[in-house]
Amino acid sequence: MFEEMATARYYEERLQEEYLEGKQPAFDISAGPIPGELHLAAGQEAAAAGVCRHLRDDDTVTAPHRPHHVAIAKGVDLKRMTAEIFGRESGLSSGKGGHMHLFDPDAGFACSGIIAQGCPPAVGAGLAAKKRNEDSVAVAFLGEGAISQGAFLESLNLAAVQQLPVVFVIEDNDWAISMPKERVTDVADGSRRAGGFDMPGVRVDYDDATAVYDAAKEAVGRARAGNGPTLLEVQVHRRMGHFMGDPESYRPDEDVAAAEQRDSIERLADDLRSEGVEDDELEAIREEARERVDEAIEWAKEQPEPDPDAAYEDVFVNPPSGVTAQEPDHELAGGDD
Amino acid sequence: MSEQEQRAVERELTMSRAMVEAVAHEMREDEEVFYMGEDVADYGGIFDSTEGLLEEFGRDRIMDVPISETAYLGAAVGAAQEGMRPIAELMFVDFFGVAMDQIYNQMAKNTYMSGGAVNVPMVLTAAVGGTYNDAAQHSQTLYGTFAHLPGMKVVVPSTAYDAKGLMHNAIRDDDPVVYLFHKRLMGIGWMPAPDGPKTPVPEEEYTIPFGSADVKREGEDATVVTLGLHVHRALEAADALAEDGIDAEVIDLRTLVPLDTETIHESVAKTGRLVVVDEDYQSYGVTGEIIASVAEDGLADLEAVERVAVPDVPLPYARPMENEVVPDSEDIESAVRSAHDA
Ligand SMILES: Cc1ncc(C[n+]2csc(CCOP(=O)(O)OP(=O)(O)O)c2C)c(N)n1
Repeated sequence: MFEEMATARYYEERLQEEYLEGKQPAFDISAGPIPGELHLAAGQEAAAAGVCRHLRDDDTVTAPHRPHHVAIAKGVDLKRMTAEIFGRESGLSSGKGGHMHLFDPDAGFACSGIIAQGCPPAVGAGLAAKKRNEDSVAVAFLGEGAISQGAFLESLNLAAVQQLPVVFVIEDNDWAISMPKERVTDVADGSRRAGGFDMPGVRVDYDDATAVYDAAKEAVGRARAGNGPTLLEVQVHRRMGHFMGDPESYRPDEDVAAAEQRDSIERLADDLRSEGVEDDELEAIREEARERVDEAIEWAKEQPEPDPDAAYEDVFVNPPSGVTAQEPDHELAGGDD
Repeated sequence: MSEQEQRAVERELTMSRAMVEAVAHEMREDEEVFYMGEDVADYGGIFDSTEGLLEEFGRDRIMDVPISETAYLGAAVGAAQEGMRPIAELMFVDFFGVAMDQIYNQMAKNTYMSGGAVNVPMVLTAAVGGTYNDAAQHSQTLYGTFAHLPGMKVVVPSTAYDAKGLMHNAIRDDDPVVYLFHKRLMGIGWMPAPDGPKTPVPEEEYTIPFGSADVKREGEDATVVTLGLHVHRALEAADALAEDGIDAEVIDLRTLVPLDTETIHESVAKTGRLVVVDEDYQSYGVTGEIIASVAEDGLADLEAVERVAVPDVPLPYARPMENEVVPDSEDIESAVRSAHDA
């Protein structure tokens, strides 16, 4: 777990640097090597690492708009994921998806930028496993803001009534952009939503990777054994803005400071040290993580940009009458807008 | 004009400030107007659509709501049917999918299904558009979808002046109005706008009636019909064409429902050449509708037709591909040339 968490943290720090390049002093969302929105997950590593530790390649994970830490924990190809974020041809989706829309079927990973909409497909993956008598499981990650969305609640019900091998993981970082949890729900413990569907609900109150690991072991085990879904909520922390460029003027300074103080990676390091792991072993893991991330970023940046005409491909795998999309009869200029 | 009026008209606003000014004015005048949405209170709207309103009106009237679009858009429908005048914001138009029933089966149809016994005086605001690489789920305009489904008035401003007048009208309208503002035009610090949308805006209230297209540039040789961001791209194209002696007229639709066909037909009668430009998907959309309406009533006037829209693909993330599919001023220029040379 320590390795995935260290990798994910360093990855987000490096992406932040890359993203801000070309966006300073004036922040322009469409400038720089990584354009568009970027939602980084520093401070949320424990949830992803603790859960995904129990998963196999044939298990399915869906993640929301803040997906990198989950993707790393699930073993998504780091180089191709990075190339996708940089909008390169060798990216996971040849540059079509970007950071909120990462798909790596080999690693059993997908994500969506629409709140809670990864939940129904996770239920579908669980349904497929059950129908085929396979013991694979599906895990849907979502934020605490997403638990007010119909797709989540409907998915809980469907998974429960069909006893599907699905685990729902709420990453509670206290904020949905500028809206604190208490403004949008009267139920502080999101795992209590499970009660309404008669499924087990567990909350891990502190972003302690070991506690997440233990809770997830039971939940994933239950799903794999054919005993139905579980709802897990994990307290995590948002160390950065909602998206890069978020001024966070709505957020009290103490809250930012608290998030910085509660570092799940340091906490896990302490736990490991108390179990006798040496400092230099931990440092070696961190160093290896940094090398892997730096290498992925370097590789991604060397990849070519996609050909503009590739935009017309992939609408269908089976394009009707041989055309992929309706190319205009006059040439559309690529332009530099 | 008095000195004071002069000063007022010289005051330039961004599109977002102009929209907010209209909302604030209506909220001061009418206690029944309130605003609901995600991040509209402390944040002031991700695209500045409510900036400063919380301070003046408080949380009861500038309401942050859970990420439950079905519930709060539907609640706006219900409150409107009770006679209130809610404004409900969908952060990105792309999110309509999670709440579409409340929009097209409830909001848009209740007046008709009740035989006019019920009405739904609400405004649904949403940010639209691409050009900043936010990919397929956050870059669409989808104007055409709302305009296709009966029962909604559809407003798409392109300048601060229009945005204010259209917003006053939207809030006062007794029917549901979908008010779609383009992110790139708002004048947000982190998403630089082109030059055009920041315009002089009078401080006093004024309305712009729905169904009145605006000729943003007069010309004799070709008619370019468009809306939103592409008004500015068409004007840029027209400037370039003028250097070659091609004089394009640029019509800003401003509202899709109702549609001002008269202004379009008059222009085509003059130029004989029609180019329709749209940031929505090409098939079954705005471009086809405009061309059909001209063909129905003025086929004889029509010497050439071109359309420039997003070819039927979801919006890709990477820059070279997004630039390829979102029409730019060069695309408009070449379409006008084709029509002109036809
Ligand atoms: C249906 C829908 N509504 C709104 C949004 C805009 N949006 C993106 S992220 C976000 C906040 C999500 O909060 P949370 O689920 O707690 O996740 P976090 O961002 O804190 O990780 C919102 C409202 C969206 N993407 N989809």
